Amino acid sequence: MTTLVIAEHDNQQLKPATLNAVAAAQKIGGDIHILVVGGGAQDVAAQAAKVAGVASVLLADAEHLKDFLAENVAEQVLAVAGDYSHIVFPATASGKNVAPRVAAKLDVAQISDITAVDSPDTFERPIYAGNAVAIVQSSDEKKVITVRVTAFDGVAAEGGTAEVKTLQAVADSGLSSFVGREVAKNDRPELTAATVVVSGGRGMGSAENFKLLEPLADKLGAALGASRAAVDAGFAPNDWQVGQTGKIVAPQLYVAIGISGAIQHLAGMKDSKVIVAINKDPEAPIFGVADYGLVADLFTAVPELEKAI
Amino acid sequence: MKVLVPVKRVVDYNVKVRVKSDQSGVDIANVKMSMNPFDEIAVEEATRLKEAGTATEVIAVSCGVAQCQETLRTAMAIGADRAALVQTDVELQPLAVAKLLKAVAEKEQVNLVILGKQAIDDDANQTGQMLAALLGWPQATFASKVVIEGEHAKVTREVDGGLETISVKLPAIITTDLRLNEPRYVTLPNIMKAKKKQLDTLTPEELGVDVTPRIKTLKVSEPPSRKAGIKVADVAGLVDKLKNEAKVI
Repeated sequence: MTTLVIAEHDNQQLKPATLNAVAAAQKIGGDIHILVVGGGAQDVAAQAAKVAGVASVLLADAEHLKDFLAENVAEQVLAVAGDYSHIVFPATASGKNVAPRVAAKLDVAQISDITAVDSPDTFERPIYAGNAVAIVQSSDEKKVITVRVTAFDGVAAEGGTAEVKTLQAVADSGLSSFVGREVAKNDRPELTAATVVVSGGRGMGSAENFKLLEPLADKLGAALGASRAAVDAGFAPNDWQVGQTGKIVAPQLYVAIGISGAIQHLAGMKDSKVIVAINKDPEAPIFGVADYGLVADLFTAVPELEKAI
Repeated sequence: MKVLVPVKRVVDYNVKVRVKSDQSGVDIANVKMSMNPFDEIAVEEATRLKEAGTATEVIAVSCGVAQCQETLRTAMAIGADRAALVQTDVELQPLAVAKLLKAVAEKEQVNLVILGKQAIDDDANQTGQMLAALLGWPQATFASKVVIEGEHAKVTREVDGGLETISVKLPAIITTDLRLNEPRYVTLPNIMKAKKKQLDTLTPEELGVDVTPRIKTLKVSEPPSRKAGIKVADVAGLVDKLKNEAKVI
């Protein structure tokens, strides 16, 4: 039994999500290999080789793999899939994009977003926006899995001494091509990896007012997040969205400001260690999950809080 | 260009579901069902492509129990020209649905399939990608903008950290993200018109697809509930609790 973990990276840095996926693979048991698919990603492979508990690193490096197009990446995974009992992806935008394509080609059902490993064929995963937890058993010979990264503590990034093996890259599918990328500028910690998250909702009122959260986030060393309502209203960029349809976070401290607490939002943050809610509506459902609630006008409470910390 | 739009009947997004007492699943008897919100966005996008003259026909398809007909009528009220139901009482998982959709896409000779990125019940986010794999077509998932340019579709995708734009060769699969469009409200005259539109019924057997579930649900339980929190009187009280009780700052 050997598990293949597909690395999440940007051709320069191995992303922490990979370490969480390796942690899930450890719970499955057996040897763990990491596959790095990219273009100019030798450094990433070297970083992957140092990850604790990894037996081997496979590198497929080619110009047409640089932009992680699903058709090419899936073919590359399939090229080695025969050697593995489990193929594990972090449940990131890129993992979710590729994993089902791999599963379908292997004719196996995929198990999405697992939060626990009960045995090598039995896993736990949230359904209905996290309102229920299902324990599911796969009857397929190979398991293709995506891992909810916030549910597993990442393994150490250092300490391993795996060997890097270079694979022959698969041919370009020619089905798709990369056009461009618009990266949201952000000096803050990455939302899914941050230990503190400060999120704003519709109650912020405008994109201008959203800036009110910045001094508070700066002081706490926090990432900024937003509810779907705030994103839809144009107050915050899309990739800040926390929720069932956005990012899933589980920081030490989550501060929800002007957020009512719709089911879809709670699905993205209710596993945070401590939740603080600031809302002027005492009936807001967010108070049902908050450890500490403050019923107050955010426009006075937020600056006050920033000063008091 | 013919466009196929798969739609799913799910528990309405406003309903807070309850787990059955025998832990066999979620209780969906007598709860309001609706079209999966991402699928509404897919139907809207296909309808807009037709209104722009890019698409010639929009076919809605749903897989599942007889009541899925209502979901298909809604799709036709938004703008789909006709619909097909692949009727079965077997629990359908994404791989089985992808196989059924492949059969329908081939039968109807479509050039584009637009699906929602995920269904809000199983939260799987798999079907579109699986369908693309089975057909050997390219995929553009989590789309927030779609421009059809001749033999290609230029699609802007929502990814971690921002947006990326890719170009996929048609025929292709697109899955919708929330920001793609704002679905229109269905009007009463359109609901009436939709009742007269063609709705075919097929079965998995006719399509030659084995829909046996591969994943067995052993148990469904309530997520661990958080212990009740407290309300603090003011900012000073909040800071005190965070520093001294929770010790998170």
